[in-house]
Amino acid sequence: MDKKFFRKRTLALVGVFVLLMAINVASAGFVGFNPIKVIGDIPHGIVWMAQNFTPSLESFAKIDTILISLGKTILLSIASSCIAAIFAYMCAVIGSREAGLGGPFPLIIRGIASVFRNIPVVAWAFILMFSFKQSEFTGFLALFLGTFGYLTRCFLESIDEVAGGSVEALRATGAGFAPIVTQAIIPMSITAVISWTLYMIETNIRDATLIGILTGAGIGALFDVYYKSFRYDLAALVILCIVVAVIACEAISNYVRRQII
Amino acid sequence: MDASSLLHIEGLGKDYSSKSKALTDVSLSLARGQFVSVIGSSGAGKSTLLRCINRLIDPNAGSVVFDGKDVVAMGKRELRQARRRISMIFQHYNLVYRSTSIENVLQGRLGYKSTIAGVLGLYSEEEKERAFSILEQLGLAEFAYTRTDQLSGGQKQRVGIARALLQDPLLILADEPIASLDPKASQMIMEHLRWAVDTLGVTCLVNLHQVDYAIEFSDRIIALKKGHLVFDGTPNELDARAISDIYATPYVEEKVLQEPISETQEEKVLAAVGVA
Repeated sequence: MDKKFFRKRTLALVGVFVLLMAINVASAGFVGFNPIKVIGDIPHGIVWMAQNFTPSLESFAKIDTILISLGKTILLSIASSCIAAIFAYMCAVIGSREAGLGGPFPLIIRGIASVFRNIPVVAWAFILMFSFKQSEFTGFLALFLGTFGYLTRCFLESIDEVAGGSVEALRATGAGFAPIVTQAIIPMSITAVISWTLYMIETNIRDATLIGILTGAGIGALFDVYYKSFRYDLAALVILCIVVAVIACEAISNYVRRQII
Repeated sequence: MDASSLLHIEGLGKDYSSKSKALTDVSLSLARGQFVSVIGSSGAGKSTLLRCINRLIDPNAGSVVFDGKDVVAMGKRELRQARRRISMIFQHYNLVYRSTSIENVLQGRLGYKSTIAGVLGLYSEEEKERAFSILEQLGLAEFAYTRTDQLSGGQKQRVGIARALLQDPLLILADEPIASLDPKASQMIMEHLRWAVDTLGVTCLVNLHQVDYAIEFSDRIIALKKGHLVFDGTPNELDARAISDIYATPYVEEKVLQEPISETQEEKVLAAVGVA
């Protein structure tokens, strides 16, 4: 037994911790961030929030406006996620290394996915506003493009992970590309696809709020209006509704996931 | 090349990069209804050899004449037609695990289908009946409607064999079919393959890690070493010295493995695992 080995391990662990702390202190000093003062401010912030940022009884008079707006936003998120998922899946099947058409396709599809994925949804919203003005369609398109990039990447990984073996087997029987897609790739990857799509719907409902502030549509715009007119009680109600909606969505998608596996 | 020859490989070569050669100048001929094992250590080129025959891997040199036609020179459509008569069995079974056994077996017919029928999975009544009877022959009748991810390893591999047989193959390529199986299941799989050769007249080319199985079941054994064909003969000709040469192991070590060293129950189990 080598005693030095274990001491080395411990020292390495301590070293990494010290290094992280040092980086933290150095960067906080650089931007003038005072952690102690921030911690002291937290109770004050909570008190302010409790006083102003809670839904009042009268704010519930506006609940129907909020719910209609929230419903629109949720439906928009679902629509953009599902349509993006369809396009992403087609691209992923063509571009998969294990199962796809081969040739230049894997590289091209990966490149396209990477571009769409690495531009933030907010940036998409800003870019698209030039062409499509402040409208729901701008929000839809921004979510669509971001989701498309992200899902293409996820689907590529999923297909490569699960379908490789069965694709090879069917190729060896003399089957063509289209039958291989429907008989092997789709059945093998469908659970992962549904799971990822549900995850993107959840994420998009959250993101749609932010996009809505920019594009002046849906629940985000409503929040923006209330917030800027100092109706914090209404703004808080909006946030409460969004939180409930997202949690409900998550619960539903978890249930669906359990059923399909 | 005589009339009974099914597969004639001449000067086959494959290199994955300019430096390493997976196969170098491999030539061999397989007769119809022969059971041929390919042995050799990992990385000797056994899998590459098998995959060059149905062109899951494209060889760099040489020709593979299957049933009178050169597979290497074939276009896409022709290749798909040739692949219909060359079945393949895999170490990791390569089934569609979210589908049932019977669906997996029927997929052996996909090469014979039109694109539309293949895409929709439309099989004729006759094909379905044959698929069921093959499953029954392999002792899987009760698992026909079971999803294949719920089967044991041996059962999965039998589904793989059923899929291969439904292709009406002239040649079955088996890439380490028993490498992931326990001894009992291994024995059964090898017996099924032997049965296919004896009663259906199929030719079987099987990659094996287990020399004892190769000797027990084969009509002929081929050995690869670093991409070269180093042995081609009957199981009787494969003596201990030839084996030690193929695997580049000292001659003595082989003997130690075969001696029963078991005394207690635990040691017996260990010995069984070691020998198998």
